[in-house]
Amino acid sequence: MELRKNYFADVRKDGLHEIGQPRPRLDSPGHVTGRTTYFADRNFPGMLHLKMVRSPHHHARIRSIDTSEAEKHPGVVKVLTARDVPHNVYTILILIQIGPEDETVLADGKVRWKGEAVVAVLAETERAAQEAAAKVKVDYEVLPAVFDMEEALKPGAPLVNEYHGQNYYLYDSGECRKVRFGDVEAGFAQADHILEQSYQSSPIEHAPTETTGCVVTPEGNDRFTCYTNTQAMFFTLDNTSIILQMPGSKLHFVGGTVGGGFGGKVDVIVEPIAILGAKLTGRPVCFIYSREEEMQISSPRAAEKIVVKDGVMKDGRIVARKVTGYTDAGAYSRHSPYGAQKGAAHYPGPYTIPNVWIDTYCVYTNRTPSSAMRGFGVTIGDFALEVQMDKLARLIGLDPLEFRFINAYRDGDTKAHRQPTEGAALIECMQEASRAANWPVAEKYMAMSSYRKGA
Amino acid sequence: MAKVPVQFTLNGSEKAEFVDSGTALLNALRDKIGDTSPKGGCHQGTCGACSVIIDGELRLSCLTLAETCNGAAIITTAGLAEAGVLHPLQRAFLDAFATQCGFCTPGMIMAAKVLLDRTPNPSRQDVVEALSGNICRCTGYEPIIQAVLTAARTNSQNAA
Repeated sequence: MELRKNYFADVRKDGLHEIGQPRPRLDSPGHVTGRTTYFADRNFPGMLHLKMVRSPHHHARIRSIDTSEAEKHPGVVKVLTARDVPHNVYTILILIQIGPEDETVLADGKVRWKGEAVVAVLAETERAAQEAAAKVKVDYEVLPAVFDMEEALKPGAPLVNEYHGQNYYLYDSGECRKVRFGDVEAGFAQADHILEQSYQSSPIEHAPTETTGCVVTPEGNDRFTCYTNTQAMFFTLDNTSIILQMPGSKLHFVGGTVGGGFGGKVDVIVEPIAILGAKLTGRPVCFIYSREEEMQISSPRAAEKIVVKDGVMKDGRIVARKVTGYTDAGAYSRHSPYGAQKGAAHYPGPYTIPNVWIDTYCVYTNRTPSSAMRGFGVTIGDFALEVQMDKLARLIGLDPLEFRFINAYRDGDTKAHRQPTEGAALIECMQEASRAANWPVAEKYMAMSSYRKGA
Repeated sequence: MAKVPVQFTLNGSEKAEFVDSGTALLNALRDKIGDTSPKGGCHQGTCGACSVIIDGELRLSCLTLAETCNGAAIITTAGLAEAGVLHPLQRAFLDAFATQCGFCTPGMIMAAKVLLDRTPNPSRQDVVEALSGNICRCTGYEPIIQAVLTAARTNSQNAA
């Protein structure tokens, strides 16, 4: 890799010893010899297998649960319901004071999405657990469900999650995250052209090669060791501590190599119930998603809808941008309120626009809860914004790359959230990209710099 | 459930086990014998992470019944390095940055080994076809393809 030292020569620190140097990965010798230990490579004598009974309905009241037949099934050791979970209602981000707690470990009284965990069965073999799970009888009263975000926001829509009281996350700024900068209507009034477009995406599954799971073993001293492929060790440890009402000192979490995650393993889903199973049976427990569960139950990237309205001048300057973003959290929050908030901060793009107005909603629907995935909250936004930039350039007859040079933020520019831009290198990146792609731009753009002396 | 005896050689060593009838070779290797190098990714024959070599053929151990392997010679990635010296494929994967999470790597190496055993000088297309049953979700296939081609070149240089 070539380290370009001609850029920002007067401001750049040069005491770098790692950047630009090849370093072998620490874990790859284990990978190529098959010696790397993933959580499921551990096997303990007497280990029980946990299988979940899941809701076949998108939205339903639970009238009754009958586990008697399952409990009699050969090989079954324990059957767990909501009553067995010490603090059954939780939310992952409560650790950073983002509530309310809105999700059940095991469904209590109601299910809000198809696939929601209702009853956990622990048995001597995977097969026995599977067969017994099929014998659990749950009596459901099916309720009307809502799957579309704009439908969910309409008055009279079925209420998805009572812990919120409405089908959107209530931010401290109100029903959505807001960015207000300049006077967006004055900007549109002044613009030569206005373009409003709507963009939307589907949920995306991470599909890691190794499915989500954990193996728990009781240590005999009232401590439990949990081998897990979580991507968020301390979120998991602390949430488990809250859910099980056990001090963190009783919980020993062992991470290690994760067989693909991409954000799909940051939720706290498998560990609390597996540890509870180990606590109540005194035996090691493994809870591993089947491939089918991984694809259908694990939280995907949220579906999003983004409406972008831009006002642009004939000379290429964007003078106004109004964005309304909707993030489909599914039935529970998990990381989605944060994703929607990131979108609000991101929609001005890496561009200097004097008048900006942004609303982003985190919406609850009866769909699979969505959560983190590589750049969640901004990735679909970037797709929408950059397609919009190409359309704007075409609208006013400018080269799309030159159009971006005109609007690129540079050091000292004030961003829509009123932070001064620092350390921007967008101009330089675009200059290199235009060379690499043989995409010629006018000399005046090649002479520009993100760095402004004194900025 | 009826237990059945099964005997085979694994990476050159004799193994004998009693398994439940219907046990997948993948589970027998991992849970009974303790060779966890084949990985269970999908358990339905689509990801290739559990690939092993049985009597010279590339096989999916999640879809192979252990009891059908009586008398077979089975090779897994754990048995590829000899006396601590990496096989050229392992060395090439290491050098080419052809692993990230590593979960698909043992299956990839098995598929590549069967290819190189039969086709010492494969074309890029040969490599692509040989690895087409193995899914990688993080490294991307190009470094893996390059690693296999590099290993083939190293092999032919050694042979020359």
